[in-house]
Formats: sequence, structure tokens, C-alpha cells
Amino acid sequence: MLNPALRDPAALPRLVLGLLALLLLWPGLNLSELNLAVLADDENAGNMGRFLADFWPLAHDDEFLPLLGRATLETLAIATAGMALALLIAVPGALLASRALSLSAAHRGGRPAWWAQALRWPVRGLLIVLRSVPEIVWALLFVRAVGLGPTAGVLAIAITYSGMLGKVYAEIFESVDPRPSRALLVAGSPRLAAFAYGVLPNAAAEMLSYTVYRWECAIRTSVVMGFVGAGGLGQQIDLSMRMFAGGEVASMLLTFLALVLLADQLSRLLRARLL
Amino acid sequence: MSISLNGVGLIHANGQVALSAIDLRVRPGERVAIIGPSGAGKTSLLRLLATSLRPSAGQLDLLGQQPWQLGARQRQQLRARIGLIHQAPPLPPRQRVVTAVLAGKLGQWSLGKSLLNLLHPLDMHGAQATLSRLDLAEKLFERCDQLSGGQLQRVGIARVLYQAAELILADEPVSAMDPVLAGHTLSVLNQEAAARGITLLASLHAVELALAHFPRIIGLREGRIVFDLPPEAISTGALDALYANEQLQPLPASPAAAPVTIQIPRC
Repeated sequence: MLNPALRDPAALPRLVLGLLALLLLWPGLNLSELNLAVLADDENAGNMGRFLADFWPLAHDDEFLPLLGRATLETLAIATAGMALALLIAVPGALLASRALSLSAAHRGGRPAWWAQALRWPVRGLLIVLRSVPEIVWALLFVRAVGLGPTAGVLAIAITYSGMLGKVYAEIFESVDPRPSRALLVAGSPRLAAFAYGVLPNAAAEMLSYTVYRWECAIRTSVVMGFVGAGGLGQQIDLSMRMFAGGEVASMLLTFLALVLLADQLSRLLRARLL
Repeated sequence: MSISLNGVGLIHANGQVALSAIDLRVRPGERVAIIGPSGAGKTSLLRLLATSLRPSAGQLDLLGQQPWQLGARQRQQLRARIGLIHQAPPLPPRQRVVTAVLAGKLGQWSLGKSLLNLLHPLDMHGAQATLSRLDLAEKLFERCDQLSGGQLQRVGIARVLYQAAELILADEPVSAMDPVLAGHTLSVLNQEAAARGITLLASLHAVELALAHFPRIIGLREGRIVFDLPPEAISTGALDALYANEQLQPLPASPAAAPVTIQIPRC
């Protein structure tokens, strides 16, 4: 017989979770002093409108275009060089921090010995330290150390991104099927070879897509860091904004959009080739 | 002595007893089949011999060495001399067959050679020759995810043949193949063992294949060795007792027995 008073056992937990989320969000809104009414204020709206109206026509004169090209190349160079330096730290860090290459785990059903796990913690700690300070802070630091220019941006990206890439790579290595590499380890293969033959074929596509995404983020970040004097498009945008040259700002924003589009297409192309 | 087990027991991490009080001696060059019902501990025994599980009790000697008394480096060197054929070979789906076969020698090659081999296969002829013994030469440059279960099993076997191990352990090596292919593949394994004078241990579901191809049969049941005899000395009664299952109720025979299909996961 069917029970007439049938009730969804998940209803109460869902209600409680929903109320809890509201309760947590409300103080957040208050603390951040979010007040959407300022947008509708006449004077503010007028200021914004004038600034936006300047965006058209786009700046494209002979003097500006070479400047824009140079700044774009500089931004790309900062992002790429920063990523390359970050990879130099991230790959060895991820290999050391990941459980995927544990020899003791191969004959213990995937659980490394406690001392092997303890040895991985300092590396994990290093990766945490590297990524816990925001890149903009590193950039401010390096601008003081090595002066205005792209070097500060490259170093800042290299340091923060090595921590992020290292952590995510280590997790990707652990998330793929461990049986191929374990079988190789038990057949006497050294760990790096077992990694290259057992883990890498399964992890390559995901690593690649994350790396290209991070490169895209590095392009964005290098623009932000330009505002504190670390070169590239950001520095140009900052200058143009100070001179109220809306057309120039708009041209640069468009370039920026094109760069992100480029990164996106590159990622799709590479994934399609690899998958 | 190729293999020597003295009172070896194995208890899994969940407390389940997989093997108890196993005594076993296998001389170099011997070819042994292990038979027994599902869950008898055949796979556990082979994984124990491949040092991919550590015994909880007793003494284990492989190729004259005690693997669990060795340092990590010496143990890896010993492991390179032992080849384990998996029932479902753990091969990355996107790896090419040639790479999967050549990976058999990773334990013997230097790291530099292994990495170079990943960029460009260094011994294509060797891989092709090994595969052609298993009638798979034309799949040399296919990807593993394009192969059937039986073809994958043969790639796994080719890897261990290419490894040129001194002790070959095979866990249900032909379970996904048709009878003709299964017979041929077991012959290849036996020929290899006889030609090079190496030891071969294989667990098999199909009793008739075991009796036809191996001069020594070990019956395993509930983690213990029930008999250890040449095939002509095994009676039907002994086989019935080995496979007897009190928990299965006899079902009324269905009009047409459905063909048994063995599903093994790809790669």
C-alpha cells in the first residue's frame, strides 16, 4: 500500500542550505557597501556617458598604431616569458608533490607510506607560498627592485603562476587512471619513465588546456600589472585614460578582446589535435 | 629455484584473507597453470609473485632474491626481470600500440633512451616482430582505444614478450579471445618459455586449455592449494570438488543457452 503522507527526505536539508546561503550573503553585501543606486545618479551617469561616447571613433592614426602594436607584442611577450619561467618551477614541483609517482603506493593499493607522504608536504608548502601572494603585489615589489618595465611583470607572473600550475598539475596527475603507471613501476620502470608512459598520455590534454587557459589569464594579468608600471598594453591604457583619450582606450580594449579570442581558438585547436 | 614460497599468507587491507599458508616451489623453465573458481585467489597469488602485493606472512623468494628485503633500487632491478600479463592490460587509451609494446623495456633502458623512444620509436622492428607472433603486426601504429578486448590482451602479452622477462606471470591472458586464438596465444607463450628456458605461470578460467598446454596444474580454492599435479593425474572428481559451489542453486536449463560474452574494459 502506498503511504499517503509521502515526503521528500531531501526537502528539509535543501531549505536549510538555502536559508544559510542567504544568511551568509547578506552581511557580505553590507560589508562590501554595494549600492547600485550610484549608477543611476545623474552626474555619475553623465560622466560615464561622456567617457564612453569618446570611445567612438576608434583611434587608428599612424602615430598610434605602431604604439599599439608594440604594446601588444610586449604584453604577449610578458605573458609568454612569464609562463615559460613558471613552467620551469611548476613541472618539477608537481612531480615532487604528486602521489601519482609514489613507488610505495604501487604495492600498497595506491596509498603511499606515511614518510613518503610527509616528504611531499614541504613541496606542497612551497607551491602554496608561491601562489598565495597576488601577482600585483609581486609586480609592485619588482617595479621597486628592477625599475619600471616588463621585467617586473615577467617575474611576478613566473612566481605566482608556478604555484598555481604546480598545484593543478599535481592534481591532474593524481586524477588520471593510476593503473598504467603502477603496472610500469611494478615492471621495474624508473619513476620518470613510468610518468612519461603511464600518466602523461592521459593527462596531456587536460594539462594543455589548463596551460593555455593560464596563458590567457597571464595576458589579462599583464595588462593589470601594466597599471603599476610593468609595461605592455596596461601601461598604455593607463596613459590614455589619464589623457581622456577614449578612442585609444577603445582600440586597446578591442585588441585585448582579440588576444583572448586568439588564446581561446589556440586552445580549441590544440585540444582537437590531441583528443 | 625460480619461485619459492614458504607459508605465505596475504590479507587484504579490508581484512579479507586472500591467501593462506601457501607452499610452492617452481624450478627454472617450468610451466605451470593455476586453475580454480572465481575468488579463489588466483589474481592475488600472481600479483604477490609480481611484487605488486606484499605478503602478510611467510617467506617469498623470486629468482633467488627476497624482494621485500631489498632496497628500492635493487627491487626495481628485480622487477625488471619479472613480467606480469594483466587480464585487462592497463594501457593509456591514446597511447599507440608500438609505444605500449616498447614500454616493456623501460626497466632496462636508461631514462634518456626511454624519453627519446617516446618522441620516436627506437625499435619499431622489434615491436613488429613481437606483435606478428601474436598475429597483430598490422596494428603497430594504431591507438590502444581502437583495439578490441582480445587485441588489447595480445598487446599486453607482446609487451611482456618484448620485456624478455625471466619469469612470466599471466593473469587470465586469453580470457577475451576466441578458442582458436586463445590456443594459439598460449602456444606462443609456451614456446617462448621453452625456447628461452624461462618460467611461466598462468592462471586460466578454461580448464581444458590449462590441461592441454601445461605440464603442471595447481588447483587453488579459498586461498589454499588443493592439488598440484600433472594434468594426466587430475580426475574429474578432483575438478568437480575444486569448482563445487554450494551457494548456487541449479537453474532450470534455458531452451537455448545464450552465448557467453566476456566483457573486459577497453584499455
